[in-house]
Amino acid sequence: MQPSFSDGDKEFRQTVRAFIADNLPDDLRRRARWDYHPNREDQARWCAILDKQGWSMPHWPREFGGPGWSGIRKYIFEEEMRRAYAPTVDRIGPELVAPVLYTFGSEAMKARFLPGIRSGETFWAQGFSEPGAGSDLASLRTRADRDGDEYLVNGQKTWTTEGHHADWIFLLVRTDQEVKPQQGISALLVDLKSPGITMRPIRTLDEGVTVNEVFFEDVRVPAENLVGEEGAGWTYAKFLLTNERTNSAEVPHTKRDIAQLRDIAAREVKNGRPLMEDPEFRRKLARIEIDTLALEFAVLRVLSNEHDPENANIASLVKVRGSELRQRVAELADEALGDAGLAVLTSKEGEHGPIAEDFDPPVPEHGIGISAKAMFRRATTIYGGANEIQRTLIARTVLGL
Amino acid sequence: MIFELTPEQQAIADSVRRFTEREYDWDSRMRAIRGSEGRDPAHWAVFAELGWLGAGLPEEAGGFGGSAIENAVIAQELGKALVNEPFAVHVAAINLLASSPHAAIAEMIEPVMMGETRIAAAMHEAGARGDFRMIATRFDRNGDGFTISGAKSLVEGAASADLILVPAMGDGGLAVFAIPARANGVALRPYRLLDNSHVCDVTLDEVAVAGDALVAMGDEGELAFARAVDEALIALCAGALGTMEAALWATRDYLLTRTQFRVPLANFQVLQHRMADMLIEVEMTRSLLFHALGAAQAAMADGGIASVDASARAAAVSALKAQTGHAGLHVGREAIQMHGGIGVTEELAISHHYRRLFVINRLLGDEAVHLERFAKAVDGE
Repeated sequence: MQPSFSDGDKEFRQTVRAFIADNLPDDLRRRARWDYHPNREDQARWCAILDKQGWSMPHWPREFGGPGWSGIRKYIFEEEMRRAYAPTVDRIGPELVAPVLYTFGSEAMKARFLPGIRSGETFWAQGFSEPGAGSDLASLRTRADRDGDEYLVNGQKTWTTEGHHADWIFLLVRTDQEVKPQQGISALLVDLKSPGITMRPIRTLDEGVTVNEVFFEDVRVPAENLVGEEGAGWTYAKFLLTNERTNSAEVPHTKRDIAQLRDIAAREVKNGRPLMEDPEFRRKLARIEIDTLALEFAVLRVLSNEHDPENANIASLVKVRGSELRQRVAELADEALGDAGLAVLTSKEGEHGPIAEDFDPPVPEHGIGISAKAMFRRATTIYGGANEIQRTLIARTVLGL
Repeated sequence: MIFELTPEQQAIADSVRRFTEREYDWDSRMRAIRGSEGRDPAHWAVFAELGWLGAGLPEEAGGFGGSAIENAVIAQELGKALVNEPFAVHVAAINLLASSPHAAIAEMIEPVMMGETRIAAAMHEAGARGDFRMIATRFDRNGDGFTISGAKSLVEGAASADLILVPAMGDGGLAVFAIPARANGVALRPYRLLDNSHVCDVTLDEVAVAGDALVAMGDEGELAFARAVDEALIALCAGALGTMEAALWATRDYLLTRTQFRVPLANFQVLQHRMADMLIEVEMTRSLLFHALGAAQAAMADGGIASVDASARAAAVSALKAQTGHAGLHVGREAIQMHGGIGVTEELAISHHYRRLFVINRLLGDEAVHLERFAKAVDGE
């Protein structure tokens, strides 16, 4: 047993850190500091820089252009990216859609779609949830009817993350109305420029836009855009959602949020002393930091041996704990800001509408975006399968109840 | 990063499990804890014979070449079976001896490992409420020797010990002494804790010892004490993890068999979700145990000399203890609640799991003490 980073891993971390320091443009870093959902241009620029180094798709196998890193190194890479406030490379294409394509897609499909994802040129959305099908995804009703060489798609998707930035959508549709719900589902790749698609942004409680409703009215999709086999969409969805769950512990992100929280607490004052010296605040912070360490080592256990079935059990736990922790950190950061934590100011550069030149922000520089984050984090325990679903899953698969 | 046990470490785990299965079934446990000493002396002899008492000590220190990992492996298996032996105290004691620069003290390691000399470590003081950093016991120089006065509490195994290791403050800072348990001026008041461990309050009234009773003093004393506390805490928490696991799976089995309203309790989603939360707490504790073991390894690799590593170890160990205290109480309470009435009886192991976890939370600092120690260590205070 050697439960700490090896010397080789420590060197790797230094290499990554030096590369980011030398290559991350200042304007990207500045914007990434305020935006918890970076804009598409920044993501694409950073993705292209990483692609030249062969690092844009850390999770991909080597044969499709990934760097072939171990799970632990992928983790270190992500941690360094977060630490440096590099824009996140878009998640949906690289981490959710691409693994389905290179695992189940045809050769033609791989050749057509993977390069654009890798270079950051093509952005993807995922079309899973519907108004009547959230955590109970199998009850989805959007239908695709075969019509010659095409499918005719009708229905509605919702909570489509980053849909307003995306070029393509990975869509789950019902192709067979007769069989059991899970068996009638297929996966289609749909060009969002196709006639008949309406994208309507949903404003969330942080007053930002990250999710959308998408309406499909007689949308024609070439049959060659069917992923794998008709009726096997449920299998692909489960595969995709498992990837989402493993990543959703989001420890590197939480660690950076904690660093930001510490920065706030060092600047804010309570009873004439820095908030950081307030015993009650410090106890809360310590509890959060300890829970984050625990989660980090749970994730590292999974990553150190990704094929150990016992580790798959831990993966379902980290989604629950990770999503709750993200909420706690965001709430404590907002609490640390005091009055300024109640003001609406989601983005300095006007992501949520133009800001007047002479606008005097009621929030100090170190508090910009914090209240929006505290609000939006309520979603973490819902997306990717609500935590109630995860707890039932844990009870069934790990505890055998 | 490697989280798997080596074959040697696995062999140790297996040997402890064989002992608990063959010689420590529930009836023999109850017989042992109801005996006058609260345990069967033959058991400690087995610990010595199977090499567990020196398994966690490096070869340079006279041990069998292990580290905190071996101690954790042993403690976790002992904890699963609720073995009532002062193993964590032994870990504190043997680490104190091994940190000593004095040859007379180093010579004690072997008889302790062989189980021939019994040794206790007085890490608590009355009034300090478990905060081991608060030491009011005093020492004064007395010719070539020392005079020690003070009041220690919760000293597990003191009644059967030959020697008691006593930290005290005085001119020269923190010092640790090895005091014969029957020396003049040493008074023991034995009693039982809620989990049936046998402890003593130890009063030291101008106890005179020779110069060779000094284990370590000053900076050496601080380092020795910090290492002993951290290593003992790791063993204590590993034991608690074992106890939590036992309570968790016993409760799972109970939910599958017990029926109410004509269905097994396992069918109720409210219980399923609470079981999931118990499991999460157990796994988070296990993760922090790994983290603390990594930190202990790093500190030991530098001979405990690098203060950066010692401080990282303190942070990691306090993270583990804070989580263990919190998780242990949660798991223990939930296990009782889900068992219903039978859970609060003396007869069933579940109440003993709870009592053990309840006591462990308070030994060597409770959650509040360790949250504070963690925060200070992280901020470099």
